[in-house]
Amino acid sequence: MRHDHLLTARQLSREDIEEVLDRAAELDADPSAARERNAGTLLGLCFFEPSTRTKMSFEAAIKRLGGDVVDMGSVDSSSVKKGESLADTVRVIEGYADALVLRHPLEGSAKMASEYVDVPLLNAGDGAGHHPTQTLLDLYTIRETAGLDDLTIGIMGDLKYGRTVHSLATALTNFDAHQHFVSPESLKLPRSVRYDLHEAGANVREHTDLEEVLPSLDVLYVTRIQRERFPDENEYHKVAGQYQIDAETLEAASDDLTVMHPLPRVDEIAPEIDDTAYANYFEQAHNGVPVRMALLDLLMEDDQ
Amino acid sequence: MTEKELRVSKIRSGTVIDHVRAGQALNVLSMLGIDGSSGEEISVGMNVPSEALARKDVVKVEGRELSQDELDVLSVIAPDATVNIVRDYDVVEKNRVERPDRVTGVLACPNRNCITTADEPVESAFAVLRDGVRCEYCDTIVREDIAALIDG
Ligand SMILES: [Zn+2]
Repeated sequence: MRHDHLLTARQLSREDIEEVLDRAAELDADPSAARERNAGTLLGLCFFEPSTRTKMSFEAAIKRLGGDVVDMGSVDSSSVKKGESLADTVRVIEGYADALVLRHPLEGSAKMASEYVDVPLLNAGDGAGHHPTQTLLDLYTIRETAGLDDLTIGIMGDLKYGRTVHSLATALTNFDAHQHFVSPESLKLPRSVRYDLHEAGANVREHTDLEEVLPSLDVLYVTRIQRERFPDENEYHKVAGQYQIDAETLEAASDDLTVMHPLPRVDEIAPEIDDTAYANYFEQAHNGVPVRMALLDLLMEDDQ
Repeated sequence: MTEKELRVSKIRSGTVIDHVRAGQALNVLSMLGIDGSSGEEISVGMNVPSEALARKDVVKVEGRELSQDELDVLSVIAPDATVNIVRDYDVVEKNRVERPDRVTGVLACPNRNCITTADEPVESAFAVLRDGVRCEYCDTIVREDIAALIDG
């Protein structure tokens, strides 16, 4: 992978993606060679907003590679609270670690931070912006189940603010994928994502109703619709209810359908689906570790 | 010399920015960072009748030859603008503004959740699209009323 940092899914070519996914599969089977390469590597964790899951997944990945973490801790207990800029914080922590992982509430924070450091920086979520490591584990999961080419995927829920959706949709333009976007009118894809999909010549359609496309889907990627996106409680319940799935919903689906979700879920997917062959969201979450191992391994390799 | 040419070349030496979309003259000055504070003589014509545009604005800056790079940023608010460099009452150079690939430091991102609007050492940067501008940090695309983003 010829990148110094991983900031957005847009920067990834098909070759880059395949390189990461191939390496992830290799490491999943046998991490021993990578352990030798990465023994003692320190990963700096800069989480400016809480995300226990993503943080744990990175931590597991570097430890399985024979390295360790140095953690900035929570924002409340750090220099940030005393008013230190992000640019200063990452420049200090860069001296403690071989690579940095950044989660920050502002869009573009990862790009700016990367301009101030020389070690590889991985964007683990910047506001409503990007979350490329989530995308890579999503792609890994899709490749293991439905395959990335000749794919028909439905992406449903909050498409406006959901950064995992933005990154995934952009990355899928590298493959022969038909993308169906299913959401309430008020939570459709933002202008910038539409622009990228259009520029990439992507094959996309938008729907407000899942029924229209469900039977044709290989993968259904469900995301959460948050209460705070709606002015009142009633409106939220009315709308969100249409984008929840249960066993009855899936009666119209193909037997080979794979259901994915970036987790945590609330009530978008009924628990009764967990034990069916459709459910793939827990495997998806587990895939975060080998994929992040692969990314770290590749970025550290290039950085030598 | 026709009356039209006379109007454009009335300054002794400097830069005349002509065929500015009506209503954009003051935005042109603010985008160029020219506010008269360094003593330049500036004249502005608004709603001047024009053949190409029904009405146009004209901006003249005496004593300063603006470079093509400085002027190209104007293309996002005044895409039809023409530039005349004047020396001793003669137009010595006539150019159009051309759309640059990017514009830095001139426009402020309208997204309040964008890192460029936070208290950080970062200059705004926009890619210039065929139709609008796009923040290089948060990806926000602005197509209408770009002049409202001018960081003045
Ligand atoms: Zn921005």
